Amino acid sequence: MAVVSAETGRPDLREAKGWRRTKNRVMTALMVASFVIVLIPLGFVLFTVIAKGASVISWQFLTGEPIPPIVLPADVGGMWPAVLGTIEITALATLMAVPLGILGAVYLNEYGGRNWLAALIGFMSDVMTGVPSIVMGLFIFSIWVLHFGFSGLAGAFALACLMLPIVIRSSYEMLRLVPNSLREGSYALGATKSRVTATVVLPAAIGGIVSGALLAVARAAGETAPLLFTILTVTTANPNVFSGANTSLPSQIFANANQPYPGAQDRGWGAALTLIVICFILMIVARFVTARFARYQH
Amino acid sequence: MSTVTQVDPAAPAGSTHPLEQRRPLGDRVFAIVALGSGLLVLVILVLIAVTTSQQAAPWFSSEGWKIFTNNWNPAANQFGALAFIYGTAVTAIIAIVIAVPLSVGIALLLTEVVPYRWSRPIVYVVDLLAVVPSVVWGLWGILVFAPWVQHIYASIASAVTGVPVLGFFFGTPTSGASFFTAGLILAVMISPIVTSLSREVIATVPAIDKEGAYALGATRWEMITGAVWPHSQGGVVGAVLLGLGRAMGETIAAALVIGSSATITSRLFAPGYNMPAVIANQFGEASGTFRAALMGLGVLLFVFTIIINVLARGIVERNARKKRGG
Repeated sequence: MAVVSAETGRPDLREAKGWRRTKNRVMTALMVASFVIVLIPLGFVLFTVIAKGASVISWQFLTGEPIPPIVLPADVGGMWPAVLGTIEITALATLMAVPLGILGAVYLNEYGGRNWLAALIGFMSDVMTGVPSIVMGLFIFSIWVLHFGFSGLAGAFALACLMLPIVIRSSYEMLRLVPNSLREGSYALGATKSRVTATVVLPAAIGGIVSGALLAVARAAGETAPLLFTILTVTTANPNVFSGANTSLPSQIFANANQPYPGAQDRGWGAALTLIVICFILMIVARFVTARFARYQH
Repeated sequence: MSTVTQVDPAAPAGSTHPLEQRRPLGDRVFAIVALGSGLLVLVILVLIAVTTSQQAAPWFSSEGWKIFTNNWNPAANQFGALAFIYGTAVTAIIAIVIAVPLSVGIALLLTEVVPYRWSRPIVYVVDLLAVVPSVVWGLWGILVFAPWVQHIYASIASAVTGVPVLGFFFGTPTSGASFFTAGLILAVMISPIVTSLSREVIATVPAIDKEGAYALGATRWEMITGAVWPHSQGGVVGAVLLGLGRAMGETIAAALVIGSSATITSRLFAPGYNMPAVIANQFGEASGTFRAALMGLGVLLFVFTIIINVLARGIVERNARKKRGG
């Protein structure tokens, strides 16, 4: 407490003493401790996945096929069907969700402005980010799989539903950062609104938009629940993403995780390491894009 | 689009007519496509509600209110889902109770304690938790964490047997895959989102309030309780609710570590089941009313999470508006 001391006439600016100081220090230590506590499981998971996965992963593991029955050891066959499936399905989902998400954000920021419809769409898209991924799987199952059967396309639909609100939110935040003077300058030159949006506003925000989209892709690539009832799980590679059952890395990890056979568990760890590497690369590229190309940042 | 009363900056030069009439076709098409993409969000949400409810209808019609009983026996065509609703609530509450203090602690650490150049790396590290896929948490949880934590559960349980309240919650039976293991893993998984939302809220506390508290001689902790907390209470409540919604819907990690036993028990170390996990584990071999029942659990889950998210977003937005002074 800054008490004015009688002798010197100056306020006492020294650190508070006694119980107040102790409490302050304990609380600060607890804040640091909470960070350390969440670091422990992260470090533990990464260590285990790398330690157990690294010995399994080989060229044969990544590119061999088919995926063997669970009782066989991990050096038989390979995970190629799952690697291919993850790439196909995530890429297709990205092709659907990213353009639609960016256009949705363009509507919210450039066209909707402050009207009630834009407010409602913005609010509901935030709410949609909280819809459990398994519900997206059930939704695509009832609307698509029941009529057209299992396929990579169905899985991509489910992942796209998950990605859409994430892309809308991150793109919207980036469009909001583009200064109005840029828009006004282009209008003054006689450009139409679509032209201004496509050639001035979007290029100005593209760094942040791409980075947000990559983070959405990383999230979708690791999702299992929406794929369980939309692509099924097969053991041979299916290059045709539009028809026939498929498989993916997360589905394979899920299928192998609960098995007592060492071979199955090894395959699970190898697939987990592959998946984590894919997700981390996407995230690192996103950070790089933000740092290098984003003109406007928070 | 309504008629334009002011001069629209996007209207071609020299235009005296309302915008609509002079706008080139491509421009109008673009506006409509953008509007359509925005509306897609609403369309998808409505379609989710309609199609999943349709698929679930046989469950509601054949069981009636019995869906809320504790009687899940697919072989005997009995589909009372109370155990799963109970398990969802229990695991989500455990997750929240553990994750919230940690997340708010990290958020305060980031905003009030460490200098800016340190806060970035900390944010990256916390975000890494969210990048690790759910199924990898599940794999680690069931193969590494559950066997390890089993012994700790067992010794806690034997220590508290007979103790009134503790024995009720932490007594035997114990299992590595249990409500508590699921709650712990969910806590780790939701802490990045609770941290980042709390951090956003806490960062909006005006510097003048904080400086005022310091000028009165407050310690940092007194400044936090006196200036930061009253200002960010509402927003943190919103962040907690969003975390709760995430914890309820998180599927694959829970499906692997919850123990898969449809029981209602107060014992947190006992194996249990929750709604997303039972859907993930049993939907594959289900048909008829069984499938409808699992679909119905999905509908309930959708309704619960939508309610929680609408509440949470409402609180967060109202809080943000209040800050802007609107």
